[in-house]
Amino acid sequence: MATSNQTFGDFSLWQNGPQPGNIYNFPGQSTSSGNDTRQRTVQPMTTGTSVLGVKFDGGVMLAADMLGSYGSTARFRGISRVMKVNASTVLTASGDYADFQYLKSIMEQKVIEENCLDDGFKYTPQSIFSWMTRVLYQRRSHQDPLWNTYIVGGLNDSKPFLGYIDKLGTAYEANAIASGFGQYIALPILRELVEQKPLLTQQEAREAIVKCMRILFYRDARSFNKFEIVTVTKDGVVIEPPQSAETNWNVAHFVKGFN
Amino acid sequence: MAYDFGLGIRAYIANRVTDKLTRVSDHIYCCRSGSAADTQAVSDIVAYHLDFQQSETQEAPLVKTAANLFRQMCYRYRDQLSAGILCAGWDKKEGGQVYSIPLGGMLIRQPFSIGGSGSSYIYGYVDSVFKPGMSRQECEKFVENSLALAMMRDGSSGGVIRTAVITEKGVERKVILGDKLPKFFEG
Amino acid sequence: MYYKPRDHDFAVSLVQVYDLSASQFSPDGRVFQVEYAIKAVENSSTAIAIRGKDGVVFAVENLILSKLYEKGTNKRIHNLDSHIGMAMAGLLSDGRSLVDVARTEASNYRMDYGSSIPLKTMADRMSMYMHAYTLYSAVRPYGCSIVIGSYEDGNPQMYMVDPSGVAMGYYGIAIGKARQAAKTEIEKLKMTEMTCRELVKEAAKMLVEILTLAFLFVIHVVHDEVKDKAFELELSWVGEMTGGKHERVPDDLRAEAEKYAKEALAESDESEDEDM
Repeated sequence: MATSNQTFGDFSLWQNGPQPGNIYNFPGQSTSSGNDTRQRTVQPMTTGTSVLGVKFDGGVMLAADMLGSYGSTARFRGISRVMKVNASTVLTASGDYADFQYLKSIMEQKVIEENCLDDGFKYTPQSIFSWMTRVLYQRRSHQDPLWNTYIVGGLNDSKPFLGYIDKLGTAYEANAIASGFGQYIALPILRELVEQKPLLTQQEAREAIVKCMRILFYRDARSFNKFEIVTVTKDGVVIEPPQSAETNWNVAHFVKGFN
Repeated sequence: MAYDFGLGIRAYIANRVTDKLTRVSDHIYCCRSGSAADTQAVSDIVAYHLDFQQSETQEAPLVKTAANLFRQMCYRYRDQLSAGILCAGWDKKEGGQVYSIPLGGMLIRQPFSIGGSGSSYIYGYVDSVFKPGMSRQECEKFVENSLALAMMRDGSSGGVIRTAVITEKGVERKVILGDKLPKFFEG
Repeated sequence: MYYKPRDHDFAVSLVQVYDLSASQFSPDGRVFQVEYAIKAVENSSTAIAIRGKDGVVFAVENLILSKLYEKGTNKRIHNLDSHIGMAMAGLLSDGRSLVDVARTEASNYRMDYGSSIPLKTMADRMSMYMHAYTLYSAVRPYGCSIVIGSYEDGNPQMYMVDPSGVAMGYYGIAIGKARQAAKTEIEKLKMTEMTCRELVKEAAKMLVEILTLAFLFVIHVVHDEVKDKAFELELSWVGEMTGGKHERVPDDLRAEAEKYAKEALAESDESEDEDM
């Protein structure tokens, strides 16, 4: 039963092996040339802008405004981007709101299942943070990222915890964190503060956060002057009702014409 | 579309002679925008699930359940679907409710919601006119005016207004023909 | 060729043949495997649950058969979801595998419908699941009964599912060895009129739940035959006072309840002695 390969005239390097100059395909594998790839990287639809977080003596404080932007349309003006994970952990998200809702529902179920075990163990901010880095990195590795930047805050064995994770799975901890536009506008302000005085009081943290939210409202076109502040201390998680920063537009009187 | 928080009455809208108001259960309807094929397929599937649940539990499904089923599909297939859905209805647990499932597959409950191509022309109008706790008549007027204004300014909307008012008693449908629409400034 | 059985063969084989499989009826219409599973429940230590006006309370006794036993390691009360509690009697390992199934159901329901699973639905799903194990020769029925309870939209609810897969709603139920005596005691209560609030007033200053007390009372009374042996109580509740979440009864209330129960027991012992 001679096949053509065995005839001297039809010599090939080895049977079913690569032909010189051709790309080898393993037997049984698809040989199509890449038109079965799928575009799965989403574009964000309804999005939230920057979120901020800063540590203080005895806890952390985070803030997120309540706008869901639809492109440049300020479409949803009362959505919460803050999630209480458990009594010691909170999460704020910027980026795609549907992705945030998805992750939130998974996290809620995780926490319920943890509580069901009734074994006295609870997720810490550190454990939630580590888990999220894996989820986000895995999703980006499947070329299907969750289009968010998250800030996780809380108390880890009574020590303040603050961590950042973005859609690529990049993650770090810091004393002051901001996402998105806030990285350019709010973070330098917060950093300067915590570098001068590493242990802010809760009141100082609040003043800094409100100041940053105000400046972001002035300068970030996707921001909104209605935001939530969430604080984690040893007394637990407090999500304050929506508030606004006082604004000052007096400079308008000093501007006349355009030169 | 709009609904009344206090009385649990809401009115629902869609335009043209096509019927974009789709029943998913006796007391839950949805407004579809985006790809007709996608939204019909999605609402058919949601209707099936609600029907199944109803025969399993012998109880009318919750609006929240319907909205969540829409969300589930719209989110899972967000990259291949083009579907913006408003889901509203009445249930005995929470009364009248309106939910919005826009393009990315998020879900949000709102006192009133607008969507579709013409909606961008009337954000200002609805924000200035809507007030919580409107009566049924006020709701209907609000919806009809909003739609008429949107249709006038949007080249891809027009024709007739279809409304549905869903209450505990069921749904009441109404059609306002193109020559009977509310009139506004046309200069 | 057929082997023709003789009379004494029948006597032996009749009892044996019909109870080897859950997929076969006996001539008088019974499925022995299921009945044996129910026997497994009846041999278990007792679990009781009572539905009051504003919640459901579970109480379970765990016999301490050895001093080497570590407290709280073999639980018979479980959370199925944050809002559903479950007590069981029978084979503990069977019960735990049902807990897994129930948690998966609760999780799937929330994923699909965006709200927590109603207790009625949970009871239906669990009874269907357990019933499926009474139909096939390759499986054995679950050797345990479960009581599930919740407090949804202001309504306390409770169901019991037994190894045959029957689920029924109850105001009060006892399963396990001392069920009859416990049921007799439960029947004396006007549970539908009893609220935590009223009970708090009655039980001087502390948040004392009379359902809990009633439980302890019941358990101690019916515990007669084994009262010399040590046992540990598991107490949990779900209701208005826990915000609809299923939780263990707080330690202080628990201690108070236990004290109350022991005093009541001591009193009844004394009166018995007097009678003698």
